[in-house]
Amino acid sequence: FKSGADQEEVEVKMEKTEAEAAFPPTFSVSEIKNKQRRHLMFMKLKQEKRKQKIQLKKKKKKEREALGDKAPPKEVPKTIENQRVYDETTVDPEDEEVRFDEGTDEFSAYFNGLTNPKVLITTSDRPRGRTVKFCEQLATVIPNAHVYYRRGLALKRIIPQCIARNFTYLMVINEDRKVPNGLVLCHLPDGPTAHFKVSSVRLRKEMKRRGKDPTEHFPEVILNNFSTRLGHSIGRLFAALFPQDPQFVGRQVATFHNQRDFIFFRFHRYIFKNEKKVGIQELGPRFTLKLRSLQKGTFDSKFGEYEWVLKRHEMDACRRKFQL
Amino acid sequence: MQHDDVIWDIIGNTQFCSFKVKTKSQSFCRNEFNVTGLCNRSSCPLANSQYATVREDKGQCFLYMKVIERAAFPAKTWEKVKLSKNYEQALEQIDQNLLYWPRFIRHKCKQRFTKITQYLIRMRKLVLKRRRKLVPLSRKVERREKRKEEKALIAAQLDNAIEKELLERLKQGTYGDIYNFPVHAFDRALEQQEDEEEEEEEEEEEEEDVGQREYVEEELDESDLSDFEDMNKLRTSSDEEEEEEEEDEEDEEEEMEAETEAESKGRGSKGKSPANRSTPTRKKKRAFVEIEYEQETEPASKTRTT
Repeated sequence: FKSGADQEEVEVKMEKTEAEAAFPPTFSVSEIKNKQRRHLMFMKLKQEKRKQKIQLKKKKKKEREALGDKAPPKEVPKTIENQRVYDETTVDPEDEEVRFDEGTDEFSAYFNGLTNPKVLITTSDRPRGRTVKFCEQLATVIPNAHVYYRRGLALKRIIPQCIARNFTYLMVINEDRKVPNGLVLCHLPDGPTAHFKVSSVRLRKEMKRRGKDPTEHFPEVILNNFSTRLGHSIGRLFAALFPQDPQFVGRQVATFHNQRDFIFFRFHRYIFKNEKKVGIQELGPRFTLKLRSLQKGTFDSKFGEYEWVLKRHEMDACRRKFQL
Repeated sequence: MQHDDVIWDIIGNTQFCSFKVKTKSQSFCRNEFNVTGLCNRSSCPLANSQYATVREDKGQCFLYMKVIERAAFPAKTWEKVKLSKNYEQALEQIDQNLLYWPRFIRHKCKQRFTKITQYLIRMRKLVLKRRRKLVPLSRKVERREKRKEEKALIAAQLDNAIEKELLERLKQGTYGDIYNFPVHAFDRALEQQEDEEEEEEEEEEEEEDVGQREYVEEELDESDLSDFEDMNKLRTSSDEEEEEEEEDEEDEEEEMEAETEAESKGRGSKGKSPANRSTPTRKKKRAFVEIEYEQETEPASKTRTT
């Protein structure tokens, strides 16, 4: 009975409000004090809006069909990538300055084919099971990688020893509560050090529909969406992890895909079914990285010169602005 | 007069002492001037009018002494003597200052001083070693980043991006001669197939023109629809494959973010299959109609009954 009475009242109110709406609208849904009625009015308002939207769409569709070929091109919906604030540091492939920089930076030796990558993977103190497995799987993914246990050694002392043994990269996986959550990637002779936050790590056995273990062939590398200067240098950092000449026989590909400042790493095996179709099968671990800081020299937390540091409130200020 | 025994009677055993901390086995004294840290008759600084301690302040050790002569001046009770940094010299200093003092207090003072120097050395060593820094995480920020990561993953469409990149590399020839998909042969095969279909259509049209009058009855259509549908499925699947490939080419040019490939394929196939059905059914009708003419008894019987 009560609901019936309420509905009658609501209908009465509806008529009143419709009458009122005919005049210059002075009432809004939020002014109704009664919660139930306010809710009902709001739902009705929403339904009205939805109806109008559908009608508009239908009309547009009819117009489009009527015009046929002459119809205006379909409107592209706005996405964050579309609306991205233009970054001044976006790299133009033909830029002279960029090319000169790349010719003379720390990776030039690698890109000119002089050095072969040799990676040392280690962890923070006392790693737990997941981190150890993650290190092992990373070592299979990256050719010429060695895993060593940390055993309480200081990084500053490890680095000169690594350089002496011709390592080109030092990768330290930081662990927190039995789960890897940080990655320090240090290019060895005196290269930049990047510190990442690691999230969503999936080990090989957790992956659905995965293939067999990766073979020893050198994988190809795909770097997507590294558009700014900073992104470019990070991209080169990743590229130099892998040997220059991928073995296409192995049909393996490692992908670093940057989207909204998150770098997704995937490792696939691909097969070309025909000219237009390729099938990919995921092997290997997957994880996402977010850059926290980039430092000029090798790892030195106290006296290092930071090229870029993540400031916490930067993304909050503008949602469409990204750094990489 | 300082009534040490009376004081101890009160605070030590019977009544309350604010510095006392009782545990099951032992009681401790929290008084900062206590030499040993335990609550004893001989260790209590309140119940002993002649007392000495060693304390350190910012790495510097001091010897504090209290004598009964200064009992009336609370502000000046404790005499402070700076001890040398050299361990042995400091021990000698303690001995000199506490000359003729009870053995217990001398011994305890030296013990305390030794302990203090040891822990100061350890502190200096630890500073040089590497330290673990605990960085606090903000829960709000972590939650937001997690959500952003999920959204970014959806927006990334990784599989599509990877496939696209691989196909582009194939087109550009980075793989060299490993894969034998010669582009020209494929296109030629496609064209050949289209030519064959056109030829078939022309032949059938000619045949129709040559002879036959069609008595196209509605019953024929309905009764044979089931057969038609089966044939249609066979035919339209192959047609759909070809159409899908053509659509693929178009789609690669369009932006992928607006529609997913699945949707466009779905719409395309839906849009085209009704149109498709008409053409194959016509072809099938033509082929089928020829067979039907052999079985002419059927329509005749039906007309008779009606």
